[in-house]
Amino acid sequence: MLQYEDILAQIYSVLQGIARDNREINETTDLVVDLGLDSMAVMELLAAIEDRFDISIPLNILPDVRTVKDLALQIQQLMVES
Amino acid sequence: MGLFDKFHSLAANQRALVDSGVNPFNVVIERLISATEAIVNGRHTILAGTNNYLGLTFDPQCIKAAKKAVQDQGTGTTGSRMANGTYAGHAALEREFADFFGYRSAIVFSTGYLANLGMLSVLASRGDTILVDAHCHASIYDGCRMGSAEIIRFRHNNVIDLEKRLQRLGEKTANTMILVEGIYSMLGDRAPLADIVTLKQKYGAYLLVDEAHSLGVLGEHGRGLLEEAGVGDSMDFIIGTFSKSLGATGGFCVSNHPELDLIRYASRPYIFTASPAPPVIASTRTALKILETRPELRRRLWRNARHLYQGLDDMGFSLGPEISPIVAVRLPSVKQAFVLWGNLLDRGVYVNLALPPATPDSASLVRCSVSAAHTQEQIDYICKVFSDLREDAIALDAQSTAVNSHLDVTSVS
Repeated sequence: MLQYEDILAQIYSVLQGIARDNREINETTDLVVDLGLDSMAVMELLAAIEDRFDISIPLNILPDVRTVKDLALQIQQLMVES
Repeated sequence: MGLFDKFHSLAANQRALVDSGVNPFNVVIERLISATEAIVNGRHTILAGTNNYLGLTFDPQCIKAAKKAVQDQGTGTTGSRMANGTYAGHAALEREFADFFGYRSAIVFSTGYLANLGMLSVLASRGDTILVDAHCHASIYDGCRMGSAEIIRFRHNNVIDLEKRLQRLGEKTANTMILVEGIYSMLGDRAPLADIVTLKQKYGAYLLVDEAHSLGVLGEHGRGLLEEAGVGDSMDFIIGTFSKSLGATGGFCVSNHPELDLIRYASRPYIFTASPAPPVIASTRTALKILETRPELRRRLWRNARHLYQGLDDMGFSLGPEISPIVAVRLPSVKQAFVLWGNLLDRGVYVNLALPPATPDSASLVRCSVSAAHTQEQIDYICKVFSDLREDAIALDAQSTAVNSHLDVTSVS
């Protein structure tokens, strides 16, 4: 099973292709407030992560995801379940 | 901090619209002349963005039936389907929808939006999974959100992605429902329905198709994509609306599952709203018969669709992927779409402006919909105006945005 750190690294790599500027990204980065991702960009982010980890991310988790860390924890949880 | 703080960005966008002198989201149709003409801003205008595919809003038979229903039954039912709002006409229309598709039974809802809310909010609940096409309409997403199932999007019209997601679900596919549309409302493309039926059968999932834009438009008898694709008897649920080809307001769901009738007792959007008014039911019953008995309307619709699509395609506009009564013109920027839309209206052509985030792939669209009621001359005129405005629209600097490039008037975030 993938470790939390591995998941985090993958998220950073995907985000670098999506975020508007070269802002530094860490676990506490807020996807909407700090990175300015709109709803379409969030969908692109999820799709890229789904491909990388071969999972389906339910939209239901979105209200609980604000930061990179929130997302990484949700993915870890999904990978345990699948 | 105040209650309205979250509206600040919305207010700024709205002010920008008002200041620009053109507000595409607040058009007033001052007077209707016909199914395809109206007075807008004091000007005679061709309506080419009304989803009035067969032009039945002004059909003499439909109007006669509606008038008689108002005379005999009054202007409204003033009650829920569950209480005093089921008249003989509502029950008859349900029977007629079921017979039209050759299915067991049907439920009539007050709008198409409510049909999706009413069905999806109860069909899939905790422990169930919904696989929904990324381009599905807001009413489908809202209906899903009202329920408690797990909601997973699959890539638009991508059967490989859908199958991958079905495989990931394992045994849970027995509790999984796939949601697609006959014709997608923004780009006018069809779902690969036969392939999706194959997957649904292979994995033992359920399939719901929303034929909102394809009812009366596709298939020899106008039953929609399911008829055209030759999979008319393979749906678990068929949803549709009265507010496009049928020329009124309302929605329905048809199914062979005997449990459909139970939805009535559990569906809040069915119970807690007044039922469709008698003239709506009467004109819709007449329109439903016309779908079958006047196939020439469909032929005229498609002739017009080809005419407009070809015309705009020849001018070099970037269009949706296939010929359809929905002809979506893709512009490189919000600003260009906005200006083209305003110029079209100034020249007497009304179409729809569709902007991100309400559009697929953040596209800026000037979206036309044609009608069987359009004349060749009207389509010629629409083409001419597009042709006249094309150079200006393309020449605009995509970066010089007087209007916020992330114009988002459809949501408060």
